[in-house]
Amino acid sequence: MRTLRTLTAALLTAGSLFAAAAPALADDPTPTASDGSPSPGSDGEAPAPTEAGTSFRTAALMLPGQRATADASTGDYLYWAVPLDQGQDATVRAKVKLPESARHGEATWRLDVYDGLRRRQACRYGMQARTVAADATSVELACTLRTVRGWAEPWSDDPLPGRYYLRLTTTEQPQEDLGLPVRAEVTADVTDAGGAHAVDGALAAPLVPGATVSDTQDQAGDDASDSPSPSPSASSASAATAAEPDGGWSSGWWSDRWIWTAAGGVAAALTGIAGYRLTAGRGRPSRVPPGV
Amino acid sequence: MIIRKRLAAGVCGLLATVAVGLLPTPAAAGEPDAQPTPKVELVLDVSGSMRARDLDGQTRMTAAKTAFNEVLDAVPGDVELGIRTLGANYRGEDRQVGCKDTKLLYPVGPLDRNDAKAAVATLAPTGWTPIGPSLLAAADDLKGGDSARIVLITDGEDTCQPLDPCEVARDIAAKGIHLTVDTLGLLPDAKTRKQLSCIAEATGGTYTSVHHTDQLRKRVHQLVDRAADPVVTPVATEGAAECTKAPELKPGLYNDRERFGEHRWYRVDVRPGQELRASVSVAADRAVDNDYGVLLRAVTVHGREIVRGSEAGDGRTDVLSTGLRYPKADEDAPDGSDTPPAETVCLQVSNSFSAPASVKRDPGLPVELAVDVVDGPRAAADPAAFGLGRGWWLLVTLALAGLVGGLVWGWISRWRISVWRTN
Repeated sequence: MRTLRTLTAALLTAGSLFAAAAPALADDPTPTASDGSPSPGSDGEAPAPTEAGTSFRTAALMLPGQRATADASTGDYLYWAVPLDQGQDATVRAKVKLPESARHGEATWRLDVYDGLRRRQACRYGMQARTVAADATSVELACTLRTVRGWAEPWSDDPLPGRYYLRLTTTEQPQEDLGLPVRAEVTADVTDAGGAHAVDGALAAPLVPGATVSDTQDQAGDDASDSPSPSPSASSASAATAAEPDGGWSSGWWSDRWIWTAAGGVAAALTGIAGYRLTAGRGRPSRVPPGV
Repeated sequence: MIIRKRLAAGVCGLLATVAVGLLPTPAAAGEPDAQPTPKVELVLDVSGSMRARDLDGQTRMTAAKTAFNEVLDAVPGDVELGIRTLGANYRGEDRQVGCKDTKLLYPVGPLDRNDAKAAVATLAPTGWTPIGPSLLAAADDLKGGDSARIVLITDGEDTCQPLDPCEVARDIAAKGIHLTVDTLGLLPDAKTRKQLSCIAEATGGTYTSVHHTDQLRKRVHQLVDRAADPVVTPVATEGAAECTKAPELKPGLYNDRERFGEHRWYRVDVRPGQELRASVSVAADRAVDNDYGVLLRAVTVHGREIVRGSEAGDGRTDVLSTGLRYPKADEDAPDGSDTPPAETVCLQVSNSFSAPASVKRDPGLPVELAVDVVDGPRAAADPAAFGLGRGWWLLVTLALAGLVGGLVWGWISRWRISVWRTN
C-alpha cells in the first residue's frame, strides 16, 4: 500500500514539475521581439529601414519586430526582406497611407510573401488583398504564414528558414491615380511555435540568396571554360550575413521534445522501481525464522 | 536499447552543434569585391511648356531647378552624376531638327557641385520634347558601368513620333546594360502618364506624378540615393532551346530574355551531397494579358523530371517568380578518384505570358535566374526532431511500460530466489 502511495506521489511530482517547466522552456530558446513596437535599433542592431527596395535584388533588409517605412508612389512595387527562423510563426502586417488628393476610384492593394527561393508563400489567414473606396485614407493588410519548418521535402513548398520577401503594391487602380505619393509601413512579428512543430532534418544553409559553398566555385573554375564567370556571389556574401535573426540562425537541434522525452524516461524509471517493489513485498517474510 | 538509442541521439545532437559552431560560415569565405561606381543621369525636359506657372505658384522650370540644386548638394559622394537636357536649344518649328535637340549639360563623372549648379542655372524653357532620342543618348552616356539609373523629368509626352520612347526604353534595357529609368511627370495629362509609366515599366523603374514642388524634390533625392545603394548585378547569359546545347551555369545571378511561350534551358553541375537551389523571375515589362504563369523544372540529362517550381497569377505585376531545391543524395566516390562525379542538372524555364497582338514580341521578357549550390541538408529520419516524443500520451505510455517492466523484473527475481532457495 505504501509503495502505491509512493508511486502515485512520484508520478504526480514528476508530472507537475514537468508541466511547470514545459511552457517556460518552450519559449526560452528563441527570444523574439513580438511586441510590435517601433524599434529604432537597440544594442547594435541595424535600424529599421526607411526605404523599400524595388525588386527582389534590392529589397530592404529588416528584422522581425522592426517597423519599416517607405515613401513611394502609387503603383511602385515595394520590397522588404525579413529573416525567419525555424519554429517561428510570423505575421506580416502592412499599412498604407493613401494619397490625400482626390482619387478617381477604387484601388486594390496587395501584400505578397515570397520565400528565399522566390516561391510565393500561402497565408493561413489575414487579409492579403483589400479593395478600398476612393475616399479611404488608409488600407491595412496582413498575412500569417505557416510555421517555418527546419526541413521539408524538395517537392513541397513548405516554409523553410531563410529570407522572406514582402512585396506590397496596388494591383488595380484607375490610371489617373498612378504615381500619387503614398506612405507604407510594414512589420513582421514572430512568435515561437513550440516543440510540437519541431521536425527532424535540417538545411545546411538557410534559404538566403548567395549562400553558396566556396569550394564549388573552385571546383567549377577548373572545368567549364566557356561559361561566363559570375562575380556576384562574392559581393552578395556580405549581404547574406546582413540580415540574420536575433542571435543568428538556429542550429535546430533544440526543442522541448528533449525535456518531454527525458521526463518520460524518468517516469518510466520511477514506475519501474515502484513495480519492482510491489512484487518484492516487504522484504523477508516475517514467519521465516532467522538463520534458515 | 531505448536508452542507448536516446543517448546516441543526444550525442549526435551535441556533435552537430559543435560542428556547426566550428565550421566557418560560407559568407566568411568570399571577399567583397570593389563595388562599381553607381552612375545616375538626370534627364530634364526644357521644352516650352515648362514655362507654365502652376506648380505651387512657381513655374515648372523653377521648381525643377530648385529641386536640382538641393539634390546636387546632397548627392552621396561616390555617385557619378550627369545631367542631360531635352529641348533646351532649338527654338524653331522644324520637327526634324527639334527632335534631335538633346544635349549633355553636365557629363557623367565625379561631381563638381558649383559647375553643375552653374550649368543648371543657364537653362531656359525652349523647344520640343524628344524623349526617345534623349533616352538613347543618355544610355550612351552611361555606357561602361555595371548598372545605372536614368531619372527622367518631363511635363509632356514625346513629340517626336514615330520613335516610341517606351520601345526605346525596352531596347535599351535589353542591350545588356542594367539600366533603370525612373520617370517623373509634372502635372501630367493622360497621354503623358501612359507614356511615362510605360517607360518605367519597360525598365523596372518607377513612375511618379508630381503635383507639388516639395514632392519633386523629395522624389528626385530618393531616386539618386537609391542609385547609390550597392546591388548585385546579374551576369548576362543565353539559354538554349535544348539541354545539350545549354550554357553551363556556376552559382550566381544571371539574366536572359525569353519570348512568349519560349523554353530556355541551362545546365548546372551538382555533386552528390550538395543541394541545388534555383529561382527564376520573369518580368512583365510590357502590356500582357491578365493571366500568366511561369514554370521552372529541374530535369536529368535523360529527360526525367526531378522537381519543379511553378507559379501563376493574374492582374498587374512586375515579376512572376518561382524556385526549386534539389538535394542530391550523397554517394561514395568510385575507385581511383577522390570525389564522386557531378551530375549535370538541366534547368528549364518556361512562361505562359501572352499579350495582345499589338504588343511587340522582341526583345523577349527579362528573365532573372539565381543559382546557388550549397551543402546538402540533413534529411529527416523521422517526422519529429531526432525522433523525440512529446506530450502526455508519451509520458503515460513510458510510465506504464516502466511499471510493467518493474513488475516483470520483480516477479522474475522473486521466482529465481525461491528456485535458489528450494535448491
